[in-house]
Amino acid sequence: MAKHKSINGNPYLRALIFGSPAIVLLLLFVMGPIIMTIYFSFTNMALTGEAANNTQFIGFDNFTRMFNDPSFKTSIINTLIFLICSAVIGQQLVGFLVAFLMKKKAKPFRSTIGLLVLAGWITPEIVVAFVWFAFLSDQGTLNTILGFAGIEPIAWLLKFPLISVIFVNIWHGAAFSMLMYQAALDDVPQEVEEAAKIDGANAWQRLWRVTLPIIKGAAVTNMVLVTLQTLGVFTLIFALTGGGPGEKSTTLPLFMYDQAFVNYQLGYGTAISLVLLLIGIALSLLYIRFLKTDD
Amino acid sequence: MFSKKRLQTALPYIILTIIGIMFFIPLLWMLFASFDAHATLSIEWPEEFTLDNWTQLLTDPDILRAFAIGVFLSLGSSLLLVFVSALAAYPLSRYHLKHKNSIILTILFMSGLPMTAIMVPVYQLFVFFNLNDSLIATMLFLSASGLPYGIWLMKNFIDSVPVTLEESAWIDGASVLVGLRKVIAPLMKPGIFTVLIFTFTNSWGNFFVPFILIQSVEKLPASVTIFQFFGQHGMVFYGQLAAFSFVYTIPVIILYFMGQKYMSQGFSLGGASKG
Repeated sequence: MAKHKSINGNPYLRALIFGSPAIVLLLLFVMGPIIMTIYFSFTNMALTGEAANNTQFIGFDNFTRMFNDPSFKTSIINTLIFLICSAVIGQQLVGFLVAFLMKKKAKPFRSTIGLLVLAGWITPEIVVAFVWFAFLSDQGTLNTILGFAGIEPIAWLLKFPLISVIFVNIWHGAAFSMLMYQAALDDVPQEVEEAAKIDGANAWQRLWRVTLPIIKGAAVTNMVLVTLQTLGVFTLIFALTGGGPGEKSTTLPLFMYDQAFVNYQLGYGTAISLVLLLIGIALSLLYIRFLKTDD
Repeated sequence: MFSKKRLQTALPYIILTIIGIMFFIPLLWMLFASFDAHATLSIEWPEEFTLDNWTQLLTDPDILRAFAIGVFLSLGSSLLLVFVSALAAYPLSRYHLKHKNSIILTILFMSGLPMTAIMVPVYQLFVFFNLNDSLIATMLFLSASGLPYGIWLMKNFIDSVPVTLEESAWIDGASVLVGLRKVIAPLMKPGIFTVLIFTFTNSWGNFFVPFILIQSVEKLPASVTIFQFFGQHGMVFYGQLAAFSFVYTIPVIILYFMGQKYMSQGFSLGGASKG
């Protein structure tokens, strides 16, 4: 033990030395910008115009402006719809359905379906946007398929922009939930299910009364995690619809980008980031809380 | 009764097959159009099969440079991340520190934050320090933004290496650093590859970060040039766009298959699935 100690020295000092590159990087590029977000939200910083050379502290002006800005309201509503439909419901349902139905199926079938779902996940976001742009276009695949049923071509991205990006994001993200639910379902003890079966519970009752309560913890954790990932989605929507037409698919990240980098209102853009960040912080606290209580 | 039972067995297969097809069909366009001399947005078997889209793309010096920059950013950031996160994760796994749990929770908390939310101040930071348009600084930022999750994964992988192996190395006179390099690193290969592949893929596919932080056209990585290519020639060159998308996706597919056996391990250790 004495030898051990002399090799290690003071563990706190050692930990600090070992961790210092990580601490420097995180302070500079993550913590720093978070603190800057809070500060700059209260300034009139801009890239062009008078305010560009003369950044001033303007108190809560950005926030009063924000809460009176109908575009902000629209983007908040769009963000909520996007999060709930795509992350909380869509990806969970598809991911669980695939994982659940795949249980005890033949290996080649399992892996083929798993691979197809994973293909959507590993495809880079910008490519996902292109292939779906083609898929949903006037002469695209979806309209071709619907044409067989006699349905006239629909300009999906113009007529249903928000629903379109919700579906595309489900397609892109569902594999993550599938993997999570597969892991959770594998942990369900077989004896419990067998016992329920012997007691006369049908498949539906076994799912509701036995399986789901056991994987509830995993489901909630996964839901929060996917919602966090979906909150930051920018590329997919930016490349597919640009937030439009009008503001029909503008979520908070798109609105932030428009204000900061298209309208050059960095102060206002940062105030919007702060809202995004606060939602992220709340969800992230929720996430570690669930992890903590489960351990 | 008999047919009902049969339907019940068949139903999962039918549903799964439909889902599988739905996941595959959008990708088919990319495959067909990239070999089509007259590609449109419609999905069709190439009437005139051609490799022109591919050869034109792969002989364009601008596009090759964009790929090289993409490799530089992704490889640089992932190698740095592996090194830095392994160093930081080691004491978190091995030492008895008083506030270890709070540190680990803080790291997990940070890994959940959407990095999109801090891009505006990061841009301001880059302008302030004159790092704007710098590939090195962009690479550092990509590393830093992946660090929390990287440290968390690494810590779990180090946890799985028995401490007794290391102690015998110390008794033989090795220092902690030598032990880390000679004992832990070889056993950690799966962990290191998982983190490396995971962060490489993330950086490779990242559009938003270079889009905001890099301005010079000749410094843009493939993730952004592909978007500009679409904006400039989109209406005409669908075949080339499809080929570009394809080439850009290939490294990710290869890495996925290389890392698959490690990845599943990473997933069960990733913690989130432990819920």
